[in-house]
Amino acid sequence: MHYALVLMLFMIGLYGVVVKRNLIKIIISLIIMETAVNVFIVMVGYRSGGMAPIMQQTMATETFIRNSVDPLPQALVLTAIVIGLGVTALTISIAMRLYERYGTYDVREIRRLRG
Amino acid sequence: MLELTGVLLLFMVMAAIIAIETKDLLGAVISVTAVGFGSIIAFFYLRAPDVAIVPIVVEVVVLVILIRATLRAGLKTFIGNRPFFGYLVTVALLVVIFLAGIRVFGGLPAFGDPVVARIPDAPARAYIESGLEDTGATNVVTAVLLDYRAYDTLGEATVLFTSIVGAVAILRRKARKKPSDPEADEW
Repeated sequence: MHYALVLMLFMIGLYGVVVKRNLIKIIISLIIMETAVNVFIVMVGYRSGGMAPIMQQTMATETFIRNSVDPLPQALVLTAIVIGLGVTALTISIAMRLYERYGTYDVREIRRLRG
Repeated sequence: MLELTGVLLLFMVMAAIIAIETKDLLGAVISVTAVGFGSIIAFFYLRAPDVAIVPIVVEVVVLVILIRATLRAGLKTFIGNRPFFGYLVTVALLVVIFLAGIRVFGGLPAFGDPVVARIPDAPARAYIESGLEDTGATNVVTAVLLDYRAYDTLGEATVLFTSIVGAVAILRRKARKKPSDPEADEW
């Protein structure tokens, strides 16, 4: 059921990318898709009743191994979030350049390339 | 705990629908930030504090950049969608993909039962078991990021640097001065 909700979030973003014609709306949809994927990858590593993968001094290693959630998806998502920031910054700067050149965010008008 | 995560996800879904369907661009930008902050709280409930701290900064930066792109004098608001096969066909296609995705999720391990709990030689299990001896870091996520997969992090920093350089190159208004220009030596 949780996976279905995340997939729904992703599909909303995909709908926005496919259907909307405002460039800012398309970028917003991309951000939503990215958030959905990140949450999904962290959810795959979740263990019900688990603890954060941070070892405490008073804790035996066996207890930690039995209770910790999967740290690998978290490390990968951490990288993906930062790269998502770079992608968003680049797309928005391209959109702002397009606005300066064409005076609109409408992709249907931008598609008619001049020259 | 699981119910709370579900409620948060529902909140994110609603904020995403508002962000895509509202006619006000500024409202859409703020709604997408609400999606991001909902994901941050969800990360805390999913026992991922390291992942939860980073997107706080990222969300604020994205909000500022998006507002900078949205606040323009005389920005035309236009309503409507672009024709892509036809609206109904698109929605039907998305529903089909959604249903197929539900079927795919049926093959995944159930939520709350990760691979590391069931398979003894999953790679993540080695990180949990010997992370402290190998790296000296009590935080396993940090051990993976900065020791086991440090090249990955280096690549991440490179990608971030490249994208920022690209954004600056795209947004630069003045071209660099020609070599014949007497002021060229200063730059």
